[in-house]
Amino acid sequence: MLDWLKQPWPWYVAGPLIGLTVPTLLLIGNKRFGISSSLRHICAACLPAKIPYFQYDWKKEVWNLFFVLGIFLGGVIAIQLLANPNPVQVSPALAAELKSYGISNFDSLIPTEIFNWSTLLQPKGLILMVLGGFLVGFGTRYAGGCTSGHAITGLSNLQWPSLVATICFMVGGFIMANLILPLILSL
Amino acid sequence: MSTQVPENDAEIRKQDSICTNETQLKHPSWYNLKYLLVGILFGIVFVKAEIISWFRIQEMFRLQSFHMYGVIGSAVVVGVISVFLIKQFKIKTIYGEPVQFDKTAFNKGQIYGGLLFGFGWAITGACPGPLFVQIGTGATVTNVTLLSAIAGTWFYGLVRNILPH
Repeated sequence: MLDWLKQPWPWYVAGPLIGLTVPTLLLIGNKRFGISSSLRHICAACLPAKIPYFQYDWKKEVWNLFFVLGIFLGGVIAIQLLANPNPVQVSPALAAELKSYGISNFDSLIPTEIFNWSTLLQPKGLILMVLGGFLVGFGTRYAGGCTSGHAITGLSNLQWPSLVATICFMVGGFIMANLILPLILSL
Repeated sequence: MSTQVPENDAEIRKQDSICTNETQLKHPSWYNLKYLLVGILFGIVFVKAEIISWFRIQEMFRLQSFHMYGVIGSAVVVGVISVFLIKQFKIKTIYGEPVQFDKTAFNKGQIYGGLLFGFGWAITGACPGPLFVQIGTGATVTNVTLLSAIAGTWFYGLVRNILPH
């Protein structure tokens, strides 16, 4: 059993479990599944700076901060108790492409050769981590949600604006991954 | 920290959010621990299905693997069925409240912001959930990405009024 749990879980196990988060949060407290809002509540709690957008009672949404704290702890538990002892399986086409950028270490779930503290101050690292993170925070709030809020909760509730947002997430990702990211990784 | 609560609190909170989570019920704060528990289970799934993996995200955007499409697709199918059942049978919350659903209004932010988030997702290999999980798995440098994401959200709040919506 434990050996099985330590293997990477297939999509048909993980996907339905993630989908069940929607009714679970609804039924245990009328909460709508969404993660990027937590970033806004952190701003409202720590640095509202008289910006009207952050002038609300963030304590009414404190459940969302408990939720993301749990998500963090889930990461700790999974890596301590259920870690996959083998390197990450990467598709041969991707592995070949990454090799041309000097990325060949697949021991971790993120490529540690480009995401680490010493690359952080190089142009590549700055773009990947600092600019990338900024786009995630800015874009999700501008769009009004992220993969969880729009692609899962919004689509579950058959909201067509969420479909528009989800399509734009994917279009943006395709453009970046295929056209722009190769240039960044070549830096 | 004492924040003065404006009268239009709910209206402000509703801006650019998928919903506001309003309830008339007053619960002690430890009731929030149930959300912590759901978060923990969710975080474990994220690690074990490698959804937090930069490699899986790259494969998705390069059409080199079905995995992420399977995860998101089956999650949506289960979500749609669950929401349908809750609406159809008027299932109530464990506290007996009716379950509320919000309509999402369209604005251009879903296009512009969606594209920008797509860029960031492909660069970092992480949407907001996986950022928290990656830090949990010991990728300490992801703290920088998370702080930067918070800065991006803050900057959005600052310039929100001059952006096209």
